[in-house]
Amino acid sequence: MSSREEVPKVNAGSMADIAFLLLIFFLVTTSIETDAGINRMLPGDGESVVIPQRNILPILINGNDELMVDGEVIEIKDLKELTIAFLDNGGEVPQGRNYCEYCQGARDVLSSDNPEEAIVSLMNNRETSYGAYITVQNELAAAYSTLRNREAQRLFKTDFTSLEERYLNEQTSAAEKIKLKEKIKMIQGLYPMKLSEAERN
Amino acid sequence: MSKFKFKKSKNTPEVSTASLPDIVFMLLFFFMTVTVMKDDALKVTNELPNASEIKKLEKKDRIITVYIGKPEERFQAMLGTESKIQIDDKFVSIENFGSVMLEKISEKPKHIRPFVTVSLKVDKTASMGLISDVKEKLRNINALKINYTTYEGDSFQNLLK
Repeated sequence: MSSREEVPKVNAGSMADIAFLLLIFFLVTTSIETDAGINRMLPGDGESVVIPQRNILPILINGNDELMVDGEVIEIKDLKELTIAFLDNGGEVPQGRNYCEYCQGARDVLSSDNPEEAIVSLMNNRETSYGAYITVQNELAAAYSTLRNREAQRLFKTDFTSLEERYLNEQTSAAEKIKLKEKIKMIQGLYPMKLSEAERN
Repeated sequence: MSKFKFKKSKNTPEVSTASLPDIVFMLLFFFMTVTVMKDDALKVTNELPNASEIKKLEKKDRIITVYIGKPEERFQAMLGTESKIQIDDKFVSIENFGSVMLEKISEKPKHIRPFVTVSLKVDKTASMGLISDVKEKLRNINALKINYTTYEGDSFQNLLK
């Protein structure tokens, strides 16, 4: 067995050089990608229904990136507040079929009946810049997530965004995911995102 | 009989470099895991807008990326300065956009086709006209899940010209 012991050792001194080579290759060829954004679902073809005017919040962005909501010119920074007020209005009479119990809005009969029927209609011009469009989309998303967070706090004592985060986390167990999904569905049902887009020339 | 006899050595002791490969390997694995291969060479300017209400795009296998922006300077003599669509390494006209997208979707395995998400990487100075057309085409081919890919940041910065 003495021959076994005399197997010559491979010199590992150049290991560092090889590893460095690989390291530099990966450093040069790769880039950390920006892969986050605003998710939207496009509407399918067809389907059009008549909706009472009070349940629509018309938002118009013109070619100079100016904003008009419900017939009034406003600043983009006020959009979130306005949208929240519209969605959370709950104008249906308390005896009504669709009365919104959890709404904390002004209950104005001229504004939306309840969040499930409230539709935000976004119209843009062909010359509108994409940057302005994204800002508006972002503000609308912020309005919805504010309301959803409020309801999640009330019902589950946690933020809606953290519910979603936990649902998407790989480490969450399958059983917990089912529970989380139910909660997410419920909150989304309270304030469903109904965004209609049309182009105006 | 002094145990701590002061030995004056002429050479400074060498630092052992035996653990250098380990350190380098650690770095190597770090970079291998956190980075993704760059797959497209950009031919259009692509300064994405900022947004704060963003969701991460999980599951890379079901994402098709569409770049929209002005052609870069070296292409401007040929293509002008109007916004153009780039898919993979090629410019695609709006007329061909639907068929190219269908082709891209059919390259995906069957079970993930219904979940394909189109990631729109649009330059923030682009105008909405072309994007509306793109969205209309996507509706026609029934690719309804889209993502306006953005940087994370304050969205009001988009309005500064």
